Formats: sequence, structure tokens, C-alpha cells
Amino acid sequence: MELWYTEEHTPNVRFSIKIKEQVLSVNSPFQRIDVFDSEEFGRFFTLDGVIMLTQHDEFIYHEMIAHVPMAANPAARNALVIGGGDGGTVREITRYRTVARVDLVDIDKMVVDVCREHLPFTSRGLTDGRVSLHFEDGLKYIRRFTDFYDLIIVDSTDPFGPGEGLFTSEFYGNCFNALTEDGILVNQHENPYYGYYSHAMQRAHARIREFFPICRVYQAHIPTYPSGHWLFGFASKKTDPVAGLDAAAWNSLGIETRYYNTDLHAGSFMLPNYVKKQLEKPTAA
Amino acid sequence: MNQNSAPLHEALERYRGNRVVPFDVPGHKQGRGTPELTEFLGKQCLSVDVNSMKPLDNLSHPTSVIRDAEALAADAFGARSAFFMVGGTTSAVQAMIMSVCKSGDSIIIPRNVHKSAINAMILCGINPVYVDPGVHSDLGISLGMSPSGLEAAVKAHPSAKAVFVNNPTYYGICPDMERMARIAHSAGMAVLADEAHGTHFYFGDDMPPPAIRAGADMSAISMHKTGGSLTQSSLLLAGGDKISPDYVRTIINLTQTTSASYLLMSSIDIARKTLATEGRAKLREVRELAEYARNEINGIGGYYAFSREIINGRDVADFDSTKLSIHTLKIGLAGVEVYDILRDRYGIQIEFGDMGNCLAIVSVGDTHYNIERLVSSLSEVKRLNGKEGLSLWEQEYIPPVVKLSPREAFYANREILPLVSSRGRVSSEFVMCYPPGIPLLAPGELITRDVLGHILYAKDKGSLLMGPQDMTLENIFVVKREV
Repeated sequence: MELWYTEEHTPNVRFSIKIKEQVLSVNSPFQRIDVFDSEEFGRFFTLDGVIMLTQHDEFIYHEMIAHVPMAANPAARNALVIGGGDGGTVREITRYRTVARVDLVDIDKMVVDVCREHLPFTSRGLTDGRVSLHFEDGLKYIRRFTDFYDLIIVDSTDPFGPGEGLFTSEFYGNCFNALTEDGILVNQHENPYYGYYSHAMQRAHARIREFFPICRVYQAHIPTYPSGHWLFGFASKKTDPVAGLDAAAWNSLGIETRYYNTDLHAGSFMLPNYVKKQLEKPTAA
Repeated sequence: MNQNSAPLHEALERYRGNRVVPFDVPGHKQGRGTPELTEFLGKQCLSVDVNSMKPLDNLSHPTSVIRDAEALAADAFGARSAFFMVGGTTSAVQAMIMSVCKSGDSIIIPRNVHKSAINAMILCGINPVYVDPGVHSDLGISLGMSPSGLEAAVKAHPSAKAVFVNNPTYYGICPDMERMARIAHSAGMAVLADEAHGTHFYFGDDMPPPAIRAGADMSAISMHKTGGSLTQSSLLLAGGDKISPDYVRTIINLTQTTSASYLLMSSIDIARKTLATEGRAKLREVRELAEYARNEINGIGGYYAFSREIINGRDVADFDSTKLSIHTLKIGLAGVEVYDILRDRYGIQIEFGDMGNCLAIVSVGDTHYNIERLVSSLSEVKRLNGKEGLSLWEQEYIPPVVKLSPREAFYANREILPLVSSRGRVSSEFVMCYPPGIPLLAPGELITRDVLGHILYAKDKGSLLMGPQDMTLENIFVVKREV
């Protein structure tokens, strides 16, 4: 007997992973959480049937969402991660000794509980003494802050369901208000290839551009995400992610990475023509 | 009665199951003849868009499943009888007034009524006796009638046939229904309630008293507003024994369609069942959501989401705390400006905005996510669009100067004038902001400087003004002067 996990990347495209064992399946008040073991990708977990991370390729996503902004502004002291209850993004940020405080805001405590028990490879980041956990809607959390965070990372699910509020103008405006002058907002930006996702990406990008003078997009290759080609949004009030990069300074920190390096940093902002074209379209509101 | 049953809904299910061959109207024949429409609305929906027939009863002469569904509705609301209405609450308000008043009769009515009530007076030749509903001095919203105001009106117009009461107003303000009913009944007048925004009063805990239980003779209920039925479906309730249900049905049939929509009627049946069986728990959640939103909005600063603290025992006897009414002037924006920004910039549609306030409806369909979006957007509107200082519009109750009855003015010889040169003339038309659809000016009223100022200000702030035949509202029809 064979057991396969299948995710519909579009109604016409399926992505499947052969399963060794299903570890867990629970329903939280917000979503369904499943944990599987597989040969190819090791342990992985899904929310409402969508892969969030796998043991073998999560390093790509988490390194790229964290090290790109940290290298652009190594002086960041206060960081906020919205979503990301698995702890992977926090794990990467806590590798910087200069970071004084990391707040993780996830609406679903059960995601954190499940990851703590079953995904120690990412959730170990949550045990750092500088990390505080807040279980509430990110949209609500961010409202209280003005000129406080140096880095906000939106490590959310897709903009269909619980994560929808994290792709809205009101959210980006509140983030702008919560960021310091050198502050940076990074968000997972969906994939540009399949129309369903790329429309969401274009809308998110257009909305961010309304608030932030510097608004760029960078990319990475993530085998288990739809199309394998994933984008991240980089927005700031004045920090340019490429021109402002001090590669020597970052390399002197001695942070060992498997995907990220300072050459790739600059290269990841160089986008294919069809993606550039999508980002030019003004499609806000 | 068994509130778990829904006789009309069940009859439609049986009809669908029987696979009847339709050689009657509607001509789309269960959606087969209109593929594009069927694709859009769904086969399930079109298959029960049917005409009256024996197994499905007839709204204008109900003897089986509609009669049973209406009886269940009456039972659920604690009324003596209930009538399904398919022309919106407008039709319920008009049938209610016409059931107790005839041509030449007068009715005591607060000025902040929906235009449907004044339209009924035009249709029927009824004379309004307006009562000052009072205006909240800080919020600039009109309130409910005070008992002393009603007593004075009853004394001055002892021959009036009925008293008309909003329970609640659009903003959630409730009058003292029981006292209103006592005052009116002791003068031999009927009590008619516009409960377009009060369906839930009959089903929730700790809600303001619903009119029928407080002694009203009739009430118009917008099931579709907060009760969960389809838009345009509504209920008319009759309470005590002063009203003959058969006479009411005759009045309704004067103007109601003979092809009543089964989609609308079945939605009333199902909404009634849900309200009766699950309403209490659901409405508790609704109130908690509204309460939460109110606290968060008040926490932003500047906005004032008001609630029960405005109860004063006079013109605010009670408040519907499911209404999320927000005073906006302290952030330097008119309510209608906030309403527009929320829609255009944040993709959030709220119910309406007027000069000083805006209103978001919170109902059984709302989630925490949406509430967070509303609150966050409001905080952004303040941050990005808020202004220093107040742009206060002196909102006082402008007592209407009634020169002619609505009907006389509506049908009078008339002429068209530029709005700005109409001061001192008697209007032949309505002017209102929509929503809420409460007239700034009604036919028969003098166009005073204050009224004109209010209309021009509302226009300037971007309110959607309607009523006059000239849809640009540059011109207005006024009653011709006798030569």
C-alpha cells in the first residue's frame, strides 16, 4: 500500500509527496493542522492542506526571509514576526546577537504547540530568552505601535483565509507606522507563475508601494511551494536592500548559512522579465 | 408550535423532488432556458423560483403552507398574526399605516422617519403631526420621541388615529415603547412601530423591548436587515385585538405583487426558524463582537463609538448595542467622508455615513477577522486623513414648517426652480441623504434657510442625495404660488 500527500497547486496541477506516516491531524479553532513524515522531505506540516514547511527545504525560505533584511540593516534591535508559529524565522533572527527583542505574533497557539512537540528543528528558535510569544491577530497587534520595530517579517499563510488581513492596505499602513526610520518590512509574496497567486502578489505589492518609498521584490527557489519559485517583498522608508548592503560587515559576523550569501543577496533582487512586468502593473485596492 | 419546522421551505423541497414538468410561468423553466443566469445564480436557486400553485399556496390568499409559515412567524415573534412581505419593509410600513388611517386622518409621527412612511401619507392623503425627536447635542443624531413630547402631541391632536414610532432608529436609539403604547392607547390611538432595524430584539437576551411585546398594535420588521433573510423580504406583525388580520391582508393586496417570489418567502421561513431556534446564542456572539469593536475603536482615540451610556430616560430610553455607530467629527472628518474612504481605499462597505457619524452593521455573518480589518482601517483613516481641529456642523433639529399635507404638495400645480433660489417656497418633493433615507425635506414643507444650508452642506460633503426628479439636485420642484 502506498500513501501519498497531494496538494492542488491549481485546480489543474497537483503536487504529491509519498508519505511514510501521518504523525498528527488536529483542528484548531482557526484551521486544520497536519504533520507527516516523508522519505524525500523528512517531516513536514500543513495548514488546511497547504504545505507550510518541510524539514529538508525549510532552510531556504527561512534564511531568505530573515537574512536579506538583517544584512540590509544589521543594526536592527527590535524585530517582529507575524505568523511563523513554526519558529523557523525566529530561529534565524536570533542568530544575530545584536537583536535585543523578538516578538512572535501568531493567531493560532495550537500551531506553536504542535511545532514545539513535532518540529523541534524550527521551533527551537522559540526557546531563546529574547523571544516573546503573542497569540492574537497580527492586524490587531500591530495597531498599538508607533516608531518601535526595526524589522517586521510577515511570515503568513496565503491571502485566502486566516491570513487575508495581512495582505491589506490597513495592515501595511499600520506596519509603516510601527516601523522606525531605518525599519524594514519583509513579507512572503506568493509565487508569480500561477495566476491565482500572482494576482494576490500584484495586489499586495501595489498596496505596499502606496506607503513605502522603497519597495522591492526578491526571489528564491523552494521545491515544495507552488511553482517552486517564490517571491519576497522588501519595503523600507530609506534602506536600499542592494546599494546599502555592506557585504564585508555581514560576512564578518560569521553566520553559517546553507542558501543565503551576500552574492546571492544582490542576485535575488534581479527578476525575470515577466515578473518585472507584473510588478509594474498598478493594481491596488 | 414547533419552531424547528419550516413549512414553506419543506414544500419547496418536495416540489423540487417531485420533478414537476412546468408548463406555467416563469418562462425560464427552472433555469433551463437561461443558461447564463443559471450559471450565475445556481441551478438550486432557479429550480425553486416558481409561481404560486396549489402545493405551494398563494401569498395573497394563504390557506396552506404559507398560512402555516406565517403562523409560525407570528408565534416566534409573539404576535397575533404575521404577514410575509416581498416588497421590502417599505411595503410593510405603508400597509401598516394604511391599515389604521384613511384619507384625511392624521398620524403622530417623529420627523426622523423613513421616507416610506411619508410616501404612505402621499398615497393615502394622511396628515402628519410631527414630533421633535430631539437631537443629541454632542453627536448630532436625532433621537426617539420623548414621552412628554408625545403627550403634548396627543393633547394637541386628540383626533389623530395613530402614533408611529421608530424602534430603534438607524443609530440604535429606542424610545420607551411601553410608555408610548400606554399614552397612545389611553387616547384611543393605535401604535405602529417601524422595527426595520429591530428584528433581533425579539430573539436576543438583554435587548431593548420589542414593540409588539411592549403593546404596539402593528410592527414592520426587516427580516433581511438583521434577521438573515434575502434582501427585500420583510414581515408585518399585528399585536392586540384592535386590528383585523383579514382587513390588513386586504390592504396589503392593494399594492403587493400577485407573483410573490418564493426565493424571498422561503428565506423568511428559514430565517424565522434559525432565529427562533438558534437566535439567542448567535445574537450573543453578535453583541460581543460589536462590544469588542467598540472598545477597540474607542481605544484608537478621536473616534467615539457610542453605546448605552447615552441612555437618558427621555429621548434615549434604550440603546441597541449591536449597532456600531461611530462619531467621527473629532478626527476632523464627516461620517460620510470616513464611509467613502473605507470603501474606496480599504474595500470595506459600511452601512452609511452622515454629517457627524457613520454606522457599521454587525450581524450573524461577521467574523473576528473582518472586525479587525474594520478597526485597523479606521485607525489608518485617522492617521492618514485625520485633521487637526473640528469641522463641526451645528446640527440642531430643524423643525419642519409644514404648509401643506404631503399629498396636497405632491399633486399641486408646481414649477421647477434652481435649488439655491428656492428659499421661502413650499417643496413638492423629497430631499434625503441615502442611506439612511430620512428626509431633510418632505413635500409640503417650507424651504427655509436652515434646511437649504443642511442640504448644500450634505451635498458638499459627498452624501448621496436623492428624491428630486432632477437627479443632479441642481433644481427642485416647488408648489406654484397662487396668483
